[in-house]
Amino acid sequence: MADKILSKIHVKVWRQNNPKAKGKFETYTIENISQGNSFLEMMDILNDQLIREGKDPVAFDHDCREGICGMCSLYINGHAHGPDSQVTTCQLHMRKFNDGQTITVEPWRVGAFPVIKDVMVDRTAFEKIQQAGGFVSVNTGGVPDGNTIPISQIDAEEAMDAAACIGCGACAATCKNSSAMLFLAAKVSQFAKLPQGQVEAKTRAKSMYAKMDELGFGACSNTGACELACPKSISIAHIARLNREYLKAKMAD
Amino acid sequence: MSILNSNIPEGAIAEKWSNHKAAIKVVSPANKRKLEVIVIGTGLAGASAAASLAELGYNVKSFCYQDSPRRAHSIAAQGGINAAKNYQNDNDSVYRLFYDTIKGGDYRSREANVHRLAEVSPNIIDQCVAQGVPFAREYGGLLSNRSFGGVLVSRTFYARGQTGQQLLLGAYSALNRQIAAGGVKMYTRHEMIDLVKVDGKARGIIARDMVTGELKRFGAHAVVIASGGYSNVFFLSTNAMGSNASASWVCYKKGAFFANPWYVQIHPTCIPVHGSQQSKLTLMSESLRNDGRVWAPKKLEDAEKLRAGIIGPNDIADEDRDFYLERRYPSYGNLVPRDVASRASKERCDAGFGVNSEGKAVYLDFKYAIERLGQDTIEKRYGNLFQMYEKITDVDPYKEPMQIYPAIHYTMGGTWVDYNLMTSVPGLYAIGEANFSDHGANRLGASALMQGLADGYFVLPYTIGDYLSGEIMVPKIDTKSDEFEVAENGVKARLDQLFNIKGKTPADYFHKKLGQIMWDEVGMARNAEGLNKAIKEIQALRAEFYSDLLVPGELMNVNPELEKAGRVADFIELGELLARDALNRKESCGGHFREESSTEEGEAKRDDENFAYVAAWEFKGVDQEPTLHKEELHFETIHLTQRSYK
Repeated sequence: MADKILSKIHVKVWRQNNPKAKGKFETYTIENISQGNSFLEMMDILNDQLIREGKDPVAFDHDCREGICGMCSLYINGHAHGPDSQVTTCQLHMRKFNDGQTITVEPWRVGAFPVIKDVMVDRTAFEKIQQAGGFVSVNTGGVPDGNTIPISQIDAEEAMDAAACIGCGACAATCKNSSAMLFLAAKVSQFAKLPQGQVEAKTRAKSMYAKMDELGFGACSNTGACELACPKSISIAHIARLNREYLKAKMAD
Repeated sequence: MSILNSNIPEGAIAEKWSNHKAAIKVVSPANKRKLEVIVIGTGLAGASAAASLAELGYNVKSFCYQDSPRRAHSIAAQGGINAAKNYQNDNDSVYRLFYDTIKGGDYRSREANVHRLAEVSPNIIDQCVAQGVPFAREYGGLLSNRSFGGVLVSRTFYARGQTGQQLLLGAYSALNRQIAAGGVKMYTRHEMIDLVKVDGKARGIIARDMVTGELKRFGAHAVVIASGGYSNVFFLSTNAMGSNASASWVCYKKGAFFANPWYVQIHPTCIPVHGSQQSKLTLMSESLRNDGRVWAPKKLEDAEKLRAGIIGPNDIADEDRDFYLERRYPSYGNLVPRDVASRASKERCDAGFGVNSEGKAVYLDFKYAIERLGQDTIEKRYGNLFQMYEKITDVDPYKEPMQIYPAIHYTMGGTWVDYNLMTSVPGLYAIGEANFSDHGANRLGASALMQGLADGYFVLPYTIGDYLSGEIMVPKIDTKSDEFEVAENGVKARLDQLFNIKGKTPADYFHKKLGQIMWDEVGMARNAEGLNKAIKEIQALRAEFYSDLLVPGELMNVNPELEKAGRVADFIELGELLARDALNRKESCGGHFREESSTEEGEAKRDDENFAYVAAWEFKGVDQEPTLHKEELHFETIHLTQRSYK
């Protein structure tokens, strides 16, 4: 598994000092990067170089570096999370790049996700959508035994497919309309497949949908780009289920 | 030195928690509305505590350094959560979970806390199911279980290889409901920088807004630390990049004792280190040991050829493979506890049987399980883990065994707490991985999630009431008081100090160097000579840090390098305490292996006569030796014996 060394790569990255500042691209060259390094390790090496040169390092979001926390959020060479499939930026490795290549790194470009600094964005809008109904209203304690609610394996698996969403925002960043439908659908669909979610199904679909619209995300035009960009391969079939839930709720009004 | 009182209730082990709940005080709903609680961290412990306290009517302020509470590192837990449900009819019980946890922890945890943990464990599963957590199900629709290391029953509940994610999203949904209802005020991208005490009691914090750089004061009637463990003191670990010890560390410096710092878990199945620029290690879940078989080559010449890349693992015949866990531990086989499995891998690699170019890896092989069960079944059980492995290593684990090696994963030690989870500072609590109480010297797999949620959902909401019932006459905390003023000025001075070193070297350099010292001298096996050497090296590193650190950027803006510098400064101090604790504990127990104390078979040899105590350290100044306080461990129910998994 000896990894090749990339003798030289050029990183063209979005620099913006604060939300109000005017941003621009800067290009930096780094040398001798092992293809066994992850993309973010390459960014660490770039930042180390910038700091030692007396420059401001690039601010980017990251945390678990194993593809599950959803914090990393880079738009690389025109793709959310870069050119590999079914991975987050932190799981992307340098073996997907060639020697001498220029790699363009941008923030998520979504109106509802303003830039904080460089390629770090504010995804509070996703929090607000979840707070508008992404829960089952049960308090701690006083709940029935776990096995009193049998759930078919198929339903449990489909709920899990949806629940695998990591809330990274790649769907909205990829969508030409900046729509958050796949993100919203993942939560609504998880609960739609489970008996626990039925009691509040109508209010949930309507209030989460309304919150998404209010926050300025675009409408869904079914191009399916979000599914391809999703690091967890969440299917747009969940959007169909969301629409059905929403329609059912509206018809009952 | 003093002897600590852990406030364990009277009565038989199975009655202590019930007796205690009956005896402690309760706050009326009208008074709860007037009381404020700060919770630091939003992992399983923090999110479940914040949501549950708000449901009870307290005013909660919740803090996390990430952009969303959902990103806390509990999210990365893979394998599962234990509970004594006995759904499998395999003779599991509260007592058996209690016993397994005490034994797994090598008889260095507090009996009363562990029994309570086992008692509330079934409630956790019920709670999560009610929230809509999509646990794995059998065809009949009931909950499914699997087995984990160190036990002989199947009591682990799971959601594919993403159990931590699903449990955290459950707690996060409960938290979101309370944020929407106004019971919780959520502060994301805020880092706690100091604890504020008024008249000896915890009354608030100073936090830095990580977007604007502004320092802010927050008051409360009680403060709860749920900020996780300190594995990143080793730099390379399975923790998230941002996971840090600073919240616990400022509490230590303000009088909260720090217990058993050396009890650190080294997980046996992680993807081996590559090169020198690696930023973190990735765990491959312990659940894989249900179906994977661990082996190294029998012949040294095969190991040499593997290291040189002349042959691959599939070129080695079955009879030339040494399934060393099955050989050494026939009754538990591949499912021995983590400390035992880690040491066994190290033993094989040190003896020259390592299989990667650095000689620091063994195999975890699924060939046999695939032959027995088919690839589809294996894919269903572990598909996401196999995909993760392939993305990182570029090797397909369905075709070739995984390479694995031990890595730092979890810290059993942490802030000392009594039975109520209160630290040695009145009004300051520590829950989840941040405290020390339940796992002794080694944590069993799938028990971290259990403990985090037990503390947050079912223990703290009761015990904090006992303290807060005495605070009902205390008005809203005034953050303009002298105590807050002094604390904020101290924080300002400290940030200025880091900024003004203006040396040549970024914080990461010091962090990596610290990690190397820790791994080499304070790692999987250690001795007095190495530990003394480590203490000197860490002290020298601290001096170098304060003369050569370079923090770029601005104080009043997003500044990840400033955040790192503060955390690394704390890790350097913590690393020294860790080495001191390991030096003090001359016995071996669980994850703590002193070369001077081992059995003839190379297993950890305890010394119950001299070391059956919790070592709780009191801060006396950065350049002063800390004071050791002891909490004697009394085993009233379980007989102390040499642990055996043979």
